[in-house]
Formats: sequence, structure tokens, C-alpha cells
Amino acid sequence: MSVVVGGDGAGKSTLLRALVGLVRLSSGIARRPSKREIGYVPATAGLYVDLTVDENLAFSGRAYGVVGSALVKRSTELLERIGLADARTRLGGQLSGGMRRKLAVGIGLLHRPALLVLDEPTTGVDPVSRAELWRLVSAAAADGTAVVATTTYVGEAHRASTVMLLEQGRSIATGSPSDIIAAVPGKLGVVRSTSQPEGLSWRWGTTWRVWAPCDDLPEGAEPRQPEFEDAVIIAALADEQKV
Amino acid sequence: MAMLAQVRSLTMRFGALTAVDSVDLSVNSGEVVGLLGANGAGKTTLIRLLLGLLRPWSGEALLFGALPSMSTRRRLGYVPQTLGLYDDMTVQENWTFTTAAFGSARACMPAGISGSRKELVGTLPLGLQRRVAFAVAFSHKPDLLVLDEPTSGVGPLSRARLWQDIRESAEHGAGALVTTHNMEEAEQCDRLVVMVGGRVAAEGTVAEVIGSRTVVQVTCDDWRRAFAVLDAEGLVVQAQGDVLRVPGSPKQVEALLARHDLRGAVATVPANLEEAFVSVASGQSRR
Repeated sequence: MSVVVGGDGAGKSTLLRALVGLVRLSSGIARRPSKREIGYVPATAGLYVDLTVDENLAFSGRAYGVVGSALVKRSTELLERIGLADARTRLGGQLSGGMRRKLAVGIGLLHRPALLVLDEPTTGVDPVSRAELWRLVSAAAADGTAVVATTTYVGEAHRASTVMLLEQGRSIATGSPSDIIAAVPGKLGVVRSTSQPEGLSWRWGTTWRVWAPCDDLPEGAEPRQPEFEDAVIIAALADEQKV
Repeated sequence: MAMLAQVRSLTMRFGALTAVDSVDLSVNSGEVVGLLGANGAGKTTLIRLLLGLLRPWSGEALLFGALPSMSTRRRLGYVPQTLGLYDDMTVQENWTFTTAAFGSARACMPAGISGSRKELVGTLPLGLQRRVAFAVAFSHKPDLLVLDEPTSGVGPLSRARLWQDIRESAEHGAGALVTTHNMEEAEQCDRLVVMVGGRVAAEGTVAEVIGSRTVVQVTCDDWRRAFAVLDAEGLVVQAQGDVLRVPGSPKQVEALLARHDLRGAVATVPANLEEAFVSVASGQSRR
């Protein structure tokens, strides 16, 4: 499972669209399985609001050659998983936000793709539905599907074996979460004060975190092992300094 | 510490639905309170009651010791999830309009956004739009901030900068009520209130909300097969790379793995805030 972390406008959706072949590359290459082996769930859609749950699955099934008894079997299995077995005749548009996202991911998994590509599957989804969604995605990964997902929640990167931090269209760090933490240059410190310390600093709760790229922490700063969220902010600060 | 917002036995019904059910809540001066809850838990209704946009069925919501009114609204800074800015007006026009409405026309536009004063709000990146919404909502130096998903969609660095603004206001004596689905953000609050089904199901500091809850952590050579086994058992198993975390008892998990000839290390570890929240929200008992 790979997760791409970045804010609005970082280029996450374009990266995924380039990966699945929906936009032409200006340069470079994107290697991917054939279209039939990809399940792609865009950020804003993934299902038809004016089709029922069953019709959505049947439509996608037709497009990917999952029909007849295979469709019935696979749909039943997925709907039971995502808790929509009793909602087959409901319109996509009548489902709650969390349910809609789960169904969209379910539709993406219908044809057992080799590669599942999810654009912000959990944005705006509450933590309870989010846990259920990730369980569904991790189950697909455990079953051998390669997963690429984007997110704006830094905490979700922990779920991945590989993380990429994206900022203004550029990758500013890649690796496992522990690789990214280990690659933080300089020192991180905590300052307990209401006024902003010298140097590169940001707020965390009632304290400040200060990053000294050349190890020269300001006086009074307590050194601290960076956590993943610190590492992400430091990567963004370092990138901002360069630009 | 002055009590800025106080909600007592607040109840709101819509037909057969009790959206807010006997809720007590307070926000004090200098304090950042996080309001957590699944969608439909009643957070938005609670905020609308507090702002005076809805009248309660029973109980009361007091702002600065009085019922919500035009004069309490003057002391309030509200940033809705949709930001409440005019997309087809420039940053300067939005600023002028809001400061005029609040009678704070002499306020000074913060340096972070003044560089974009001539740009249409709709053309700015979301991180900057949020900073503008904050600046506009903070321009009359409100005593109470009500922020609905304040950093949704923005990158980590922009999020840290928005929090800097929230903390600065709190240090000047304002209080803030912040709703969020983002657990890193929730961890920055002084106090959390967790709503489930219209009621307050847990409250306190992050440590108090987590309490003594634990999860079982499984490190197994074959994480994929271990995941499939735990998942098939109906457990809400979560994968973090190749480490699995699952609510339940270590004995049960060990037995399950052994039955499928899976070897691995099983340990009981403290739950994180997200796991605690899911446990509270799905009504599981405190372990």
C-alpha cells in the first residue's frame, strides 16, 4: 500500500490521473497494468447518484466483464462487507457520505483489480467510517492488490508501506514512514513559551516546535525525537526554504 | 477564567429525531475545545444552537452569559466549513465588507494575506482561502471562535500555520470551539468533547478520552494472511504497514492466529486517539 500525502493543489489527483492514463504525460513514463486490471476511484465520484446500489454495481460489472452469476456472487460479497446488503435498491444519492465512499471503493474492487487507485477516499469521512473503509482497502491489499491512495490526513500515512509527500506538484520526500522520520536533517526542539522562538518554528498545542537544520537549536529549546507529523512539516519547511 | 459559552441540558428535536440530547458543554477564556463526533452525531446542530441560528427544544445555550442575540454575535468569530467568503470578490473587498459589518473597519489586514489583497478569493489555493477566512473572522477580535473543520483539505504546513492563529487568539483570552475529523488536530486541543447519537459520550484531555483503552498489536511474518484471519472473524483490524492493530483481547487474537498456524508477536498496547474515538463512537465498553 502506497499513500500520497498533500494538501489541496499539491497535484495528488493529477498524479493519479497520470498513473492510470487519464492525462497525457509531458515527459517521463507511467508503467501500469492494463485498464481492465485497474480499479480507479476518483475523489468526487466513483458512482452514479441516480442509479441504485445494485445498478451501480451492474453497470461497472458490464464495463469490466463481470456479469451473470459472477456479478451476483461478487456484489453480494462486497455489499455484505461494506454493510449495504439491505440497501441494494437505494439510490446512490440517498446514501450518507461515508456509505457512498465505501460503495465507490467497492465498485472499484468489483473486478478484482491488480491495482486499486483511490483519490482521497477518506476526505470528509468521519473516523468510524474511515476505519471501516481502510479495513476494506487493507483486506484488498492483504489479498494481493496493490493500492495507491491519496490523503490530506498525515495520520493516514502510517497505514502505508511507502509514503510520498507531494507539495506543489513535486515529491518532497518518499519512503516508509520510519525512513522519512530517519531522514530529517538537523535537530527538532520544543519551546514552552507564548512568543515565537527564533528560526523555523510552528505551533503544536500550547508549545512551539522549532527545527534547526544546522543543529543549532535556540537557547531553552528541549531536543525531541521527531514524529512523523514533525517530519512532514519539516520536509515542507525545507522545501519552502529552497524555493 | 471567564466562561464564554455555556450549554446546559440542551436538547433539540427534529420530528422523531433527537439531534442533540441533554448536552452540557462549556468553553472558557483561553481554552481550545475540540468537538468530535461521527457524521450525524449532532455537532452541527449543537453549533447552530450556540450561534442562535436554531432555538432549542429545551435547555439553554448561553453566550457570554446571555441568550444568543445580535450583541453576542458581535463578540463571535465563526468560520463555517464552507468558509463563508465571497468567491467573486477580492480579498480586500471581503475584508472591507466583514469589518464594516462588525464595526471594526480600522482593523489591520494581517501580513500573511495582504500580499493577495487584489486577488479574487475564488482563484486562491484552498490553504490561503482558509487563512483569509480566519483573518476575516478574527478581524473584530472576537471573544469566542467557532471553527467548523477549520483545516479540512489543507496541507500539513498550512495546517500548522492556521493553528498558530488559533493559539494566538487563545493566548489573548479568546476561547475556541473546533470541530474536526482530523485526530492530529484534535490532539492539539486543550480539551475534547466526544458526541455520539446527540449525547456527550466522553470528554476531557486527550489522555482522559483515551483512558485505559488498549488495542492488540500483531507483528507477524505473514501479515497478509494474519489480516485475512482477523478480518474474517469480524474484527475491525487496521494495518499500519505490516503491523496489525485490532480491538479485543490478546488471548483471543493469539488463539485465532494459532488455529491458523500463524506465528507472530501479540502485545497489548495503549490505544491512540483515533482508536479510542472509534471505540467510544461504536459504543464498545471501556477496557
